[in-house]
Amino acid sequence: MNIYQEQIMEHFHHPSHHGTLDAPTHSYSANNPTCGDEINIDMIINDDVITKVAFNGEGCAISQATASMLLEKIADKKITILQKITVEDITDLIGVELSPNRLKCALLSLETAQKALSHPTDSSLT
Amino acid sequence: MYTFDLMPEIKYSKDYMNSITIKKDFAIFTQQPELSYLDSAATSLTPRCVVDKIIEYYEQYNANIARGVYDLSEKATAEYEESRRATATFLGAQEEEIIFTSGTTMSLNMVAHGLQHTLKDDANIVVTAMEHHANYVPWQRMSRKLLVESQKDATKGDDIFRVVDITSDGAIDTNDLAKKIDKNTAIFALTHVSNVLGTINPVKDLVVQARKINPNIIVIVDAAQSAPHQKINVRDLDCDFLALSTHKMYGPTGVGILYGKKERLEQLEPFITGGEMVARVSHKKTTYKPLPYRLEAGTPHIAGVIAFKEAITYITNISFDVIHAHEQELISYALTELSEQFGDNITIYGPQKPYDRTSLLSFTLGNIHPHDIASILNTESHIAVRAGQHCAMPLHIDTLGIPATARASFSIYNDKNDVDTLIVGLKKVQEVFMK
Ligand SMILES: Cc1ncc(COP(=O)(O)O)c(C=O)c1O
Repeated sequence: MNIYQEQIMEHFHHPSHHGTLDAPTHSYSANNPTCGDEINIDMIINDDVITKVAFNGEGCAISQATASMLLEKIADKKITILQKITVEDITDLIGVELSPNRLKCALLSLETAQKALSHPTDSSLT
Repeated sequence: MYTFDLMPEIKYSKDYMNSITIKKDFAIFTQQPELSYLDSAATSLTPRCVVDKIIEYYEQYNANIARGVYDLSEKATAEYEESRRATATFLGAQEEEIIFTSGTTMSLNMVAHGLQHTLKDDANIVVTAMEHHANYVPWQRMSRKLLVESQKDATKGDDIFRVVDITSDGAIDTNDLAKKIDKNTAIFALTHVSNVLGTINPVKDLVVQARKINPNIIVIVDAAQSAPHQKINVRDLDCDFLALSTHKMYGPTGVGILYGKKERLEQLEPFITGGEMVARVSHKKTTYKPLPYRLEAGTPHIAGVIAFKEAITYITNISFDVIHAHEQELISYALTELSEQFGDNITIYGPQKPYDRTSLLSFTLGNIHPHDIASILNTESHIAVRAGQHCAMPLHIDTLGIPATARASFSIYNDKNDVDTLIVGLKKVQEVFMK
């Protein structure tokens, strides 16, 4: 099955929420050592709501497109929404079946976003 | 654009080797006739003679070695030691200098662990920028332990662990080598062939150069990527240790070789202790067996070791001359065709001249991530290539400054059709990303 469906390529070429934030309250970076994917996610969280979120990094189309789709889903939402997202939700989101190795690419952004919640930046403390 | 001359002395003839006939030796092609397997640098396919030998052990003399007095065990032990003899002959070593391990990684860790106690406080360790993690991390860790033991301050880390640069053509920078090695360099660890660049390093010359600066330097050679492609003679290279994995040279997985000069092996503190490696054990004290058994604790991969002898026979029957000629023909063709078809869109890393490299090439295609390249080649064209950093993160990130590459590696069962298939496959990859 071709995993490079239109929707994925569209998100890859024109990602949402791509970039960095000026004064994020939360931020986390992670990588996938087998393939070299890297991602950084910045967030601004106000009263348990993710008011702003952005990602940057380098990686394959799958990892970049899923990051874009995921961030669309969590922007302006309560952090509990992000906390509850599961692996199945991600595979539903991208709508194609992935081999275990490619699934790691797709899950990198979810892991990074969830970890960002417990990684406040210095600017969140001031 | 890629330009180079063909190696003049190779007069390749079609009768040398016919990959269609060779393919018959590998059962996987019966199951998957469409397969273009271009990842032999990760692990080679296994010929039937090797698989048959593994089965023979389990069906005919399945017993532990060196402990039973019954026929089965005697037979297994004899086969096992026969493999040691064959390996010693293959590498130009003595039998007691051949240690069976679980792979290159294990072999190198055994040396790093085993030599730690020999390091003086002012010692330093030299590696190259093109090392696989297996020949990098053990030495870096060794240097960190030394840092702690010698109570130096942590900023001295770079001085203890030194990395030799590579040139723009993917060779070891000998000027930098001369700067990094000094009288206190205890260890020089280098790869014979780079698993990313394909560079064949002039190990023999580099050993001479290193010993001129420090005659006592211990040289460790990672031969994982050279042993499948060229004749190795450890006496000729004059290295102190050499490591390889049998699964990259038509043998089974889970078996490796550690060669060491006898007096150097004697210096090694065993990495693993336990059964089979001891002479006497009492509540008060343990003494070890002589070489090579002292370094082979526990039950080894008996079937694998025995079957490796068949891999050696398989290689010897074809001969390295023929293997080399065939692989050079393929890599030359691949380099020419890829650069002609993809022009400036493709970047191929490593030496420009095919005869300075083995039969692998790492590349990037436009700004398409290598993982996507490998994925699309797999689903659309039945091509297996590797994508990522190939366990050489320092080379990719620190030296080349790129996140990843795709790698195609060629072996005796590949032919020009595989190169053509790869080109068609890569055009499909470009199409997916053009949309
Ligand atoms: C140059 C080099 N060294 C070491 C290794 C590690 O070999 P193994 O995984 O069999 O221990 C490899 C294999 O990937 C390699 O290419």
